[in-house]
Amino acid sequence: MGDGPPSLWEWFGRNWDTGRADSIRTLLTDHVTMSFVPVVLALVVALPLGLACARWRWLYQPTSGLMNIVYALPSLPVFMLMISVTGLSQTTVIVPLAFYGVAVLIPAVVDGLDSVPDHVRQSAVAVGFTPLRRLLQVELPIAAPVVLAGLRVVAVSSISLVSVGALIGQGGLGGLFTRAYQNPFMPPVIVGIVLIVALALVADGLLVLAQRLLTPWVRARKEAAS
Amino acid sequence: MSWLTAFLGWLGEFFGDGANWTGSDGIPARLLEHLEFSALALALAVLVAVPLGLAIGHTGRGGVLVVVAANLARALPTLGLLVMFVLLLGASSIWPVIIPLVLLAVPPILVNTYEGIKGVDPELRDAAYGMGLRGGQVLGRVLVPVALPLILLGCRLSAIQVVATTTVAAYTGLGGLGRYVIDGFATKDYASVVGGSVLIVLFALFVQVVFALVQRLTVSPGVSRRLTIR
Repeated sequence: MGDGPPSLWEWFGRNWDTGRADSIRTLLTDHVTMSFVPVVLALVVALPLGLACARWRWLYQPTSGLMNIVYALPSLPVFMLMISVTGLSQTTVIVPLAFYGVAVLIPAVVDGLDSVPDHVRQSAVAVGFTPLRRLLQVELPIAAPVVLAGLRVVAVSSISLVSVGALIGQGGLGGLFTRAYQNPFMPPVIVGIVLIVALALVADGLLVLAQRLLTPWVRARKEAAS
Repeated sequence: MSWLTAFLGWLGEFFGDGANWTGSDGIPARLLEHLEFSALALALAVLVAVPLGLAIGHTGRGGVLVVVAANLARALPTLGLLVMFVLLLGASSIWPVIIPLVLLAVPPILVNTYEGIKGVDPELRDAAYGMGLRGGQVLGRVLVPVALPLILLGCRLSAIQVVATTTVAAYTGLGGLGRYVIDGFATKDYASVVGGSVLIVLFALFVQVVFALVQRLTVSPGVSRRLTIR
C-alpha cells in the first residue's frame, strides 16, 4: 500500500494486539468487563428489590418513580459527578450503568411476578409448597421470560453506553472514537461501531439462548399450538 | 466525606462566579442552546417517526422491521455515530451533529407509536367502523387518543436520549451545557465540570416534568383511568 493511509483491514490488523493499553484487544476486554459487571450487579440488586415491590405493593409506586428519575439522568454528567467519589477508574462508569440497569429491571421483575397466574400460585400453596420454595420453583421460573426480556435491554444498552466513558478516559472501545476525533481518521470509528454492535448482538443472542434453556415449556407450548 | 465539601465548594465557585451568568458562554445562553438543539432534534424525530409509526401500526405492514430496527438502534454507540458524522461531513454547521441526534431519537418514538396503535383493542376498532367512521377517522378519533400514552412514552424516552446525546455532542464542538463539562474536564476546571453536570441533570429532570404535564393535559381521562366508568 506504500505511503497512502492504511485501509480498514490493514489498520485493524496493525492495531489489534500492539501490547499497549490502547490496542483493540485490550479495549475490547475492558469493554466486556465494564458492560458485563453492571448487568450482573443490576440483576443482583433488582431481584430482591423487585420481589419486595411485588410483595408490598405500596413500595412499588415510589420506587418506580425514583427509578424513572434515575433512568432520565444523562450518563456523561453522572460519570463526571462520580469522578469526585471514585476517581478516574472503571468503577466510575460501572456504578452508574448498574443504576440504569436496576431502573429497567425492577419493573421487569414486578411485571414478571404479576404474570404468574393466580390459580398456579394457589395450586402451589395447595400442594404444600413453602413460600420460599414456591418463589424459587414456581414464581421465578414463570417470571423468567419477562425478567430476561428486561435483561436483554439492559445488556445491549450497557454495551453501547460504556463508550461514553471514553470522554473520561474509561470507555473501552469508545476510546477508538476519541482517538479518531483527535487525529481525524475514519477506520477506528468504523471498527469501534462494528465491534460494539457485534458485542451487543452476541450478548443479546446469548440471553435469548438462556431464555430458551431456562423456560423450555414456552417453546413446547408454541409447538403444541401450531 | 471530603469529596462532599470539595463538591459543594466547586458548586459555589461555579454558580457564584458572576462571569458565568453573562455572555455567549454564560449559563443562560448555554441553557438556551441546549434547549434549542434538543428541541430541534426531538421535533424532527417526531415529524418522521409519528406519521410512519401510525401508518405501520394502522396498516400492519412492516411491523417486524420496526421492532428489529429499534433493537438494533439501541446497540449503536452515540459517541461513535457523532464522531463518524462529523468526520464525514465536517464541523462547519450544526447539522453533522443534529443528524445523528435525530437518527437516535427516531426508533423509540417509532416503535412505541407502532405498538400503541397495534395494541388498541380490536373490538374498539370494529365498533368505530361499525359507527360509520372511515379509515382516517378511526385513526384520528379512536386509535390515536387510545394509543397516546404509549406515543408520549416513546417521545419521553427519545427526549431522555436527546438531552444526553446533546451533552456528549459538546465533544464534537456543539454548544449547549455539555461545553462546561467537556471544556472543564480538558482544562481540569472541576468547578465548571461539577456545575455543568448539575445543570444538565436539572435540565433533564425539568424535561421529565414537562412530559408528565403534557401527558396529564392531553391524555383523555377515560384512557388514563383517572375517570372510572361505573
